[in-house]
Amino acid sequence: MAFNIQAAVDAGTVVGEAPPGIAGEPAKKIEGKSPWVLAWRRLRRDRAAMIALGGIVFIVALAVFAPVVATITGHGNLEQFRTTGLDPSGQPVRPSGTFWFGTDDQGRDLLVRIAYGARISLFVGVVATGVTVLGGTVIGLAAGYFGKLIDSILARFMDWLLAVPFLLFAISLFSVVQVHPIGPIKPGLPIVIIVLGFFGWASVGRLVRGQVLSIREKEYIEAARALGAGPWRIMFVDILPNLLAPLIVYTTLLIPVTIVGEATLSFLGVGVPPPTADWGQMIGSASGIFLYGPWWYLVFPSAALLFTTLAFNLFGDGVRDAFDPRGAMTA
Amino acid sequence: MARFLIRRTFQGLLVLWLMTLTVFGIFFVGPGPKFVARVLAGRQATPQTVALIAHRLHLDQPWYVQYWHFLVGLLHGNLGYDYYNNQPVLKVILSALPITLSLVVGAAALWLVMGVATGIISAVKTRSIWDRTFTTTALFFYSMATFVLGLLFILIFYSFLTNHGIPIFAAPGAYTPITQNPLTWAHDLILPWFTIALVSAATYTRLMRGSMLDVFGEDYIRTARSKGMTERRVIFRHNMRASLTPIVTQFGLDVGVLIGGAIITETIFGLPGIGWTSLKAVFAQDLPLVMGVVIVASAGVILANLLVDIGYAVLDPRVRLH
Repeated sequence: MAFNIQAAVDAGTVVGEAPPGIAGEPAKKIEGKSPWVLAWRRLRRDRAAMIALGGIVFIVALAVFAPVVATITGHGNLEQFRTTGLDPSGQPVRPSGTFWFGTDDQGRDLLVRIAYGARISLFVGVVATGVTVLGGTVIGLAAGYFGKLIDSILARFMDWLLAVPFLLFAISLFSVVQVHPIGPIKPGLPIVIIVLGFFGWASVGRLVRGQVLSIREKEYIEAARALGAGPWRIMFVDILPNLLAPLIVYTTLLIPVTIVGEATLSFLGVGVPPPTADWGQMIGSASGIFLYGPWWYLVFPSAALLFTTLAFNLFGDGVRDAFDPRGAMTA
Repeated sequence: MARFLIRRTFQGLLVLWLMTLTVFGIFFVGPGPKFVARVLAGRQATPQTVALIAHRLHLDQPWYVQYWHFLVGLLHGNLGYDYYNNQPVLKVILSALPITLSLVVGAAALWLVMGVATGIISAVKTRSIWDRTFTTTALFFYSMATFVLGLLFILIFYSFLTNHGIPIFAAPGAYTPITQNPLTWAHDLILPWFTIALVSAATYTRLMRGSMLDVFGEDYIRTARSKGMTERRVIFRHNMRASLTPIVTQFGLDVGVLIGGAIITETIFGLPGIGWTSLKAVFAQDLPLVMGVVIVASAGVILANLLVDIGYAVLDPRVRLH
């Protein structure tokens, strides 16, 4: 994920202000456009981004209205159709008028399960990304602002995190909480979100730290300090608003990465446990049998996953270009 | 330079040491010792047998005693023996390494060529039909999960073609050492290579394109053009060299991570490389093997980072290492 954060920051700091009306005359209404309004306008004019947004809305609707899909098809999410959903040899049946996307190895309706699977993907995508960005921002702010010892400890910690073989540790942690659930942290959604957040924040942290290092030397920070502002106020009130634009861009682009991360964990069997419908898990169980015929079991969940990540990436590109018009002109 | 190398080596060793502590910690907090002893003892074993096995593997000792034994062994170049087959860990890793290296070398060559070439064309011919095609394709593969691409490759190029009488691609699980027959070696690995390469190449296309476009805006490019330099020379001599810096970073990190095993790709294609071995070891709680693999994998990442920084100094004379 390469994008020009500095340019995005610059775009965020240039505040368009309306010149004051000339005294005596009724001031002509000149609209002051904030960089946010400008970015939003650029985004709305970006056709690819708007199509992508449509795709995201579609997936969200699919997740929200999953029970409606179940009602229309008349097939429950966890319902097994041993006679109609499996052929005499116990294999899944192919797409038909009854099962639009075919069935899975348990004789369940694949379409309904894909709709329910969207809930997990989106939920984890948004929540785990939120945790990642929040954690990375706070730690990055602290490392960049306080510097010295705190900074070098956090830097070593990030080195360690980035050298960790992510999947191996995720699997190990999964087996740990399987025997010792730590409070609410147990196999399933909680551990998936924690693992993704824990291994993800370092990249956000590095990004924020770099920005803070340059911003904290600016005069207005010195002025704030001279006025007696404490470190927390300076970090969150004076520095943080400058980072919002790049953070929004980063967050949008991080969501598809997180969704793939969740799917990968579930694919390996250490994510969301069955029978909960989950795309990665479906692809995982399909991978054992698709060579014997049921291609639909592999293809439809894969298509759903690809569609979602593609929509988020396309939209994220649009958001980046909207905040970074210089890049958009060349891109 | 010497001071830089010494400092970085120490930092690397510190990170590695933390890593071994983490692995040990997770193993002993988790189900590790009990799980291993019980599996080895078999289903009908009495508690005495389980205890005996745990004792034989030193699993009944406190973790710090075991960690001490591990460290002493490590200093003697001995990574220990795996719990289940009693094989030296070093031997297991060394036999898996050629497979992973074969995967990495082929895939890296493919994605570097594909990514850089499409990136250059996209940047030079901005907004052309080529640019749009490459950028869209890159976004497509960038959004693709590795396991999805690998499985779809098997479905389309192996299963579908073979079922229709066109058996061009090798079945998943096929692997021939390069020393036996280089052609069969390449043939067997084509699908796994492209699986890794396409997902990675997408990043390089985007990176190279963006980086070249940035450099085109620099003053020295305008100077070069106004001197009457040919466009070809401007692109390849002046722009490409500067634009390659972010590519070098990315390449170093990607290769470093892959040395630790292309876990997903190896699993999908049934290739018993480092990634496949490590996945199996983690699921079986095989501590000595996990430890060995984690050390190799982390050392790969750390070494790659170091090489990237040195590569910077070589590519860009303005960079000083300290």
